[in-house]
Amino acid sequence: MLTEAQAWQALDAVEDPEIPVVSVTELGIVREVILGEDGLRVVVTPTYSGCPATEMIAESIVDALKAAGAGKVSVETRLAPPWSTDWIAESAREKLRAYGIVPPQPALPDGAQVVRFMSRKLPCPRCGSSHTTRLSEFGSTACKSLYRCEDCREPFEYFKPI
Amino acid sequence: MTQTTPAHLEYVLRLGDAALIHGQRLSEWCGHAPVLEEDLALANMALDFVGQARMLLSHAGVLEGKGRDEDTLAFLRHEGQYRNPTLCEMPNTDFAHTMIKGFLLGSFNLLMWSRLCGSSDEALAAIAAKSLKEARYHVEHTGDWVIRLGDGTEESHRRAQAALDMLWPYTNELFAANPTDDAAAAAGVGPAWSDLAEDWEKAVLAVLKHATLTVPARTPFQSYGKFGRHSEHLGHLLAVMQHLPRSFPGATW
Repeated sequence: MLTEAQAWQALDAVEDPEIPVVSVTELGIVREVILGEDGLRVVVTPTYSGCPATEMIAESIVDALKAAGAGKVSVETRLAPPWSTDWIAESAREKLRAYGIVPPQPALPDGAQVVRFMSRKLPCPRCGSSHTTRLSEFGSTACKSLYRCEDCREPFEYFKPI
Repeated sequence: MTQTTPAHLEYVLRLGDAALIHGQRLSEWCGHAPVLEEDLALANMALDFVGQARMLLSHAGVLEGKGRDEDTLAFLRHEGQYRNPTLCEMPNTDFAHTMIKGFLLGSFNLLMWSRLCGSSDEALAAIAAKSLKEARYHVEHTGDWVIRLGDGTEESHRRAQAALDMLWPYTNELFAANPTDDAAAAAGVGPAWSDLAEDWEKAVLAVLKHATLTVPARTPFQSYGKFGRHSEHLGHLLAVMQHLPRSFPGATW
């Protein structure tokens, strides 16, 4: 039987399948770990409605906890409050940058207006130049947009604030 | 959670079906978009809509209380049982058409989710709070393209204007008053869609003006998709979308 602290420790090692430098706890999607008579319940808040990694993450969580010695493990989804990039741990931001993804700026407040032709001046994660251009609002996954550095000419991704 | 009434269920089905059918149309672009970046964008938006549809239809299944889940509702209903507005099922033509349609619908969704965050139906409010964040990016993306195409070359302007002329009459349906909306609004489930008309028109017209597009005059044309009377296009869409679960009942993977 695992303690709650041991369960969290095991979860710290579960990687996000699409951004393998960040764990699910650093991503801020694990809301609660509940030790009950019927086993261990992990409450997860999905990032995007259609995120294709959701099911894989749930499987990885179950596998990791069982490997750490847990008995019965179940994963529950909780929608409210909705996940925000503001929940990403400070420790994960440098890891994202080192991996080539610019970490998210603060999320838009509720009721914020939609911005047209947004030109965020993002620093290139490779050379640091702020001479960068957005190529696409949507990158390889819904949570990122695609940019290009006009100085080092390398493409890079931006974790969109949500 | 409020007592489930037929109007409550119908209201949630309209939202769920709108997301599903729009998501399906967007997914048809996969591998066909004019540039790779848009292929990714369209597929990602399709995923958002299908994800929203999954949550909404699961919730509709719970409200209905007959044991139907998201898959049963998505794959095993017939055309006349779908409650999406006709606008969602209009077939894809060119890229301008998809951007105009996405912008008209997205602007509507933005207002809808924003209002539904205060729904008396807690599950619906939670779905709305999540979807609202995604809808902002959809409107930003499609709105940018509406301006870029409308205020672009002669050819892109011509195509954007043709798409707007073709799709505009179908927006009448979004705001048509009906007893389902009245009952849902009275129960605090969500706004009557007609309540959103003024804000929607204001938001949409501002962008269309930037895009140098001419807003068509309103006509008495009415479509009736959200009442279950669809265009000839929905049946074809469903034939593709439902093919696998209909051919192999109970198939899993």
